[in-house]
Amino acid sequence: MAFLELSGVRKDFELVRVVRDFNLDVERGEFISFLGPSGCGKTTTLRMVAGFETPTAGEIRIAGRDVVGLKPNQRNIGMVFQSYALFPNMTVAQNVAFGLKVAGKPRAEIDARVAQMLGIIKLPQLADRYPFQLSGGQQQRVALARALAVQPQVLLLDEPLSALDAKIRVSLREEIRAIQKALGITTIYVTHDQEEALSMSDRIVVMHEGRVDQIGTPFEIYNTPATSFVASFVGTLNRIEGIIADPSAGTVRVGARDVAVASPLGARRAGEQVSLALRPEAVTLAPRPGQDVAIEARIVEVAFLGSVIRVRADIGGATITLDTFNSPASPPPRIGDAVTLHLSSSDWVVLAD
Amino acid sequence: MKRRSLWSWIVLVLAILYFGLPLLGTVDFSMKMRRGVYSLDAYWAVLGDPRFQATFLYSVVMACMTIVVGVLLVVPTAYWVRLKLPRWRPVIEFITMLPLVIPAIVIVFGYIRLYNTSSWLPLTGSALGTDALLTLGYTTLALPYMYRAVDTGLRTIDVATLTEAAESLGAGWITVMWRVILPNVLVAVLSGAFLTFAIVIGEFTMAALLNRPAFGPYLQLVGANRAYEPAALAVIAFAITWICMGLIQLVTRLQKHTMRV
Ligand SMILES: Nc1ncnc2c1ncn2[C@@H]1O[C@H](COP(=O)(O)OP(=O)(O)O)[C@@H](O)[C@H]1O
Ligand SMILES: [Mg+2]
Repeated sequence: MAFLELSGVRKDFELVRVVRDFNLDVERGEFISFLGPSGCGKTTTLRMVAGFETPTAGEIRIAGRDVVGLKPNQRNIGMVFQSYALFPNMTVAQNVAFGLKVAGKPRAEIDARVAQMLGIIKLPQLADRYPFQLSGGQQQRVALARALAVQPQVLLLDEPLSALDAKIRVSLREEIRAIQKALGITTIYVTHDQEEALSMSDRIVVMHEGRVDQIGTPFEIYNTPATSFVASFVGTLNRIEGIIADPSAGTVRVGARDVAVASPLGARRAGEQVSLALRPEAVTLAPRPGQDVAIEARIVEVAFLGSVIRVRADIGGATITLDTFNSPASPPPRIGDAVTLHLSSSDWVVLAD
Repeated sequence: MKRRSLWSWIVLVLAILYFGLPLLGTVDFSMKMRRGVYSLDAYWAVLGDPRFQATFLYSVVMACMTIVVGVLLVVPTAYWVRLKLPRWRPVIEFITMLPLVIPAIVIVFGYIRLYNTSSWLPLTGSALGTDALLTLGYTTLALPYMYRAVDTGLRTIDVATLTEAAESLGAGWITVMWRVILPNVLVAVLSGAFLTFAIVIGEFTMAALLNRPAFGPYLQLVGANRAYEPAALAVIAFAITWICMGLIQLVTRLQKHTMRV
């Protein structure tokens, strides 16, 4: 039995169905991300776990116990908000101590725990500051310490890094992940930033219009997207429309040529439309061992991005974006060059719509 | 630029003359009780009058009661409206404004009709009951100011998210009110409290019609029967109001230094 279970969870706001048939099993100590565009229902789902919204239907269990009837303050859940939500009238130490005081813990225990938490977030010297005297990154670390001080069963974070600038975002996400691992706390992390989700999570739940499109490890989500939405939302992706040429041989007609596709075409018949996806890094200009597909193409665009050069090539009926590494020894291709694109038939992903 | 500053100086001087001269005249007159010299005789006479002491004390107590009732009524209401009924805010605001439009005399006549000795709740039958009624009347009079002050205070904090943060940490709603919301609107509450104090101390209509020994009716009584003492009393009442306004400024400034950017 999973530690945190959502089964058949649904949420309607009046006539609008915001979350539909949400099923998820989270193991103890797992770090799960909800990833999806703004408005897809991530926050609403998180708030149902926290108890701030009541599901229209479905069950939410924590450690085997149904929590749907419990108020937020009975659920023992840690929550971190995008806006930090530190209490402005309290110092850093008082903020961190708040939950422990509410729980009626003895003074000595509170002091020890606050000191320990401030150590974990590496801000022991700021104990007596007020929130307005801290930077955004520091405030969010204090908010994390405040949420963790009460040793919650589950930690929920709703886009905690969205209000911070890029550099702090990266360092803080590493810090959050390290703290989460060290404490072994079961965590749900809401974000619309695919890089954040891919780099931090044990598993990602990709959401789209209130539905779960795919649940999987970052590796699975990135390399074998289950739906065309997942494929287009996560990473840069080539999407190519083709027509099934021969289902038994696994060939798809793209423009004027047939390409071999290793992934199963399922029950599709010849002549059916099919969407294929291909990661830019799967395609190379020079052949690599194991690649069994070669396509003639003409370069139409070259963008120098530093360590990587992004090239767009026309294969007749479609353009393919590919990334090659910059190498001082060989100059990048030029627009108009005729090239051969090399890839493996197993790199194609057939998208379900 | 130059023209504008010239005009603002003229307006300022006119305002000082309009507001300041009568005050100055009153202060001057209040110190002329002893013939030929300036003295504080009128003030000593007023302060030494046992009726002054009794009525002033009574009004101070009533003001404090009014503040307590007002805070208990307004802070949870304004908080609740912001949190749960944001669509109702204009309606609630309109209701809190009504006392500005309805004269105190109408309100107090309504009270007397509703709560007289032959009514279902004969509050006017006892001194304590009448005091309670007067407190509620004062609360009504101060409601527009108290509500505005508190609502403005609540606007400076993210009420909903702070409440949720506290709840997720295990707090019940009394803890949320007492430890999170109230401390963060304390300055606003104090502003409302000082305004309430200033209003209650000088209030005449309600106290007179409910026949309670308050400071307002005493002012009127002295004003009708004496020469120099009323001027002294006016200056004292004025000073109290100013002190209240000064305290509002002071707490607002203190807040800026200790809590907010
Ligand atoms: N309290 C509410 N009342 C009505 N609609 C809401 C409410 N909260 C959220 N919604 C709607 O539900 C949808 C999902 O919102 P949300 O869960 O906040 O999305 P996300 O966090 O993924 O951006 C949005 O269309 C939003 O407008
Ligand atoms: Mg959201």
